[in-house]
Amino acid sequence: MTDFRQALDDGMVIAWRNLKRVPRIPELAVFAILQSIMFVLLFAFVFGGAIPLPGGASYREYLMPGIFAQTIVFATATTAIGMTDDLSKGILDRFRSLPMARSAVLSGRTISDVVYNAGILVVLMLSGLVVGWRVHTGVLEFFAGVALLLLFAFVMAWIGVWLGLTLRTVEVTQQVSFTVLFPLTFLSNIFVPTQTLPWWLRPVAEWNPASALTAATRHLWGNPNPFAASGLPAEHPIELTLIWVVVLLAIFAPLGVWRYRSMSR
Amino acid sequence: MNAIVAEGLVKIYRSRKNEVRALDGLDLTVEEGTVLGLLGPNGAGKTTTVRILTTLLRPDAGHATVAGFDVVRQSQQIRRVIGLSGQYAAVDENLTGRENLWLFGRLYQLASAEARRRADDLLEQFGLADAADRVVKTYSGGMRRRLDLASALTGRPRILFLDEPTTGLDPRGRLGMWEVIRGLVREGVTLLLTTQYLEEADELAHAIAVVDQGRIIARGTADELKAQVGGERIEVVVHSRDDIGRAVQVLSGAAGGGAAIDDHVRKITVPAQGGARGLAMVVRDLDEAQITIDDIALRRPTLDDVFLALTGHAAEIAPTSDDHAPAISGTKR
Repeated sequence: MTDFRQALDDGMVIAWRNLKRVPRIPELAVFAILQSIMFVLLFAFVFGGAIPLPGGASYREYLMPGIFAQTIVFATATTAIGMTDDLSKGILDRFRSLPMARSAVLSGRTISDVVYNAGILVVLMLSGLVVGWRVHTGVLEFFAGVALLLLFAFVMAWIGVWLGLTLRTVEVTQQVSFTVLFPLTFLSNIFVPTQTLPWWLRPVAEWNPASALTAATRHLWGNPNPFAASGLPAEHPIELTLIWVVVLLAIFAPLGVWRYRSMSR
Repeated sequence: MNAIVAEGLVKIYRSRKNEVRALDGLDLTVEEGTVLGLLGPNGAGKTTTVRILTTLLRPDAGHATVAGFDVVRQSQQIRRVIGLSGQYAAVDENLTGRENLWLFGRLYQLASAEARRRADDLLEQFGLADAADRVVKTYSGGMRRRLDLASALTGRPRILFLDEPTTGLDPRGRLGMWEVIRGLVREGVTLLLTTQYLEEADELAHAIAVVDQGRIIARGTADELKAQVGGERIEVVVHSRDDIGRAVQVLSGAAGGGAAIDDHVRKITVPAQGGARGLAMVVRDLDEAQITIDDIALRRPTLDDVFLALTGHAAEIAPTSDDHAPAISGTKR
């Protein structure tokens, strides 16, 4: 019990440290938000007109849940870069020489990144309201959608931890993150309905975890949610998202921990 | 009672292309309450030794205990009694000095209020009180080092590891750091200090272990090591670089061993024989050979000579890219 208590305390101390840094390097958060807003503007006003939705539904209402999901997927890079930064500056060595809970560096990092993402989501949702996005269901559904996004953010943070500790330098991490994360968000239902894709690409896009998350929040908030075919992704997006959360966490949390442990090799 | 014991430590860094034996059977002991200076050039294995003893790295062979605890099996117990201050200021540059110390105090398992008090005390003790609420990014190199050392002390460690505490500091910063370290030693802390500055080991350490290519090649007090290299030296600076060759010939005749030549400053150093009389003879011989000299002196051996005699190469003072690049943990060290 005391071990658990210590792990919790130390994790919180590390999370405090990570969050304390956010306003000290305001560029990071500002550009994360600007990047997402740029995507909103680009797709709402430039490409959106050329992307027809079945039944003539509002593209902007369709777009915003996707933008939220994309932002959370991209935040993986922030986590990864945060880890490599701590690694290369010797902060991780300092932590590892202290009598703290071994889990705290990673749990603290993933928790603080969820909080950070929550802050960014608030700003983006306000921008969404400006361009015409609305939640058409109840408060409960709204918060259920937010909870799914944050749960997903937690999983993506673990992927980021593993990526950062594996790649080890900020530059490489930056490069690799975006070569992996861009296709993940573009090969999805985030910007275009999957009907527009060639038949063989549709299942890939529909089963994509980012698509599942997007479809789940669209479903919860009553935003347009077209699907090319029936099937699990179309009919049970919330369940599929939860399955992805469990599967990805089961893979990447142990991988991250293993990477952290093997630093002493 | 030994605070630190290492026996036969071996560490091999493997990459796809090659294998580097960073430690090759390193033994050392540090008695409680004393200072051991681990002296060696870049890449000798100093940092690897510190990383193993502070539980950051597992040895491939051999074993070590710190405060009686095994570095592999009882790492958490060790972490409670040690402090580590690295070559790189491992403090968070986006936090203030006070926040850094509070953070590390908390992670040393101090309660929040106690960590705050400890931070205040350390800021005062290390002359950082005025800068306490400034982000570390704005600190000078010397201030960062002091904060780094203060961070290592938040848990009141009994055993302290300082890995090149003054590398990269200006002379004033170095003297300040020495003063701080001496203060800690007076309080009875056991200290293992690595350095590539020979005078630093001489200045701060009770005992010195010279490390080269992953092994301890000599051990003793500064005086013992100097004695090991023999007596006094004659140092000659010739006026013209062209005369170096002939001067070496003349000096070898009068001296008791090989000559060390520093081309750059046209300086030749040889072990002296016969004290002042020997010196007079050398002056006469050089004069006879019509070699003009700018300077000649008889001097006691320095640790530089020790190093040269023991390793066959001079101690490198100039930083190389290797040891001073930002640490990509585990790859090189």
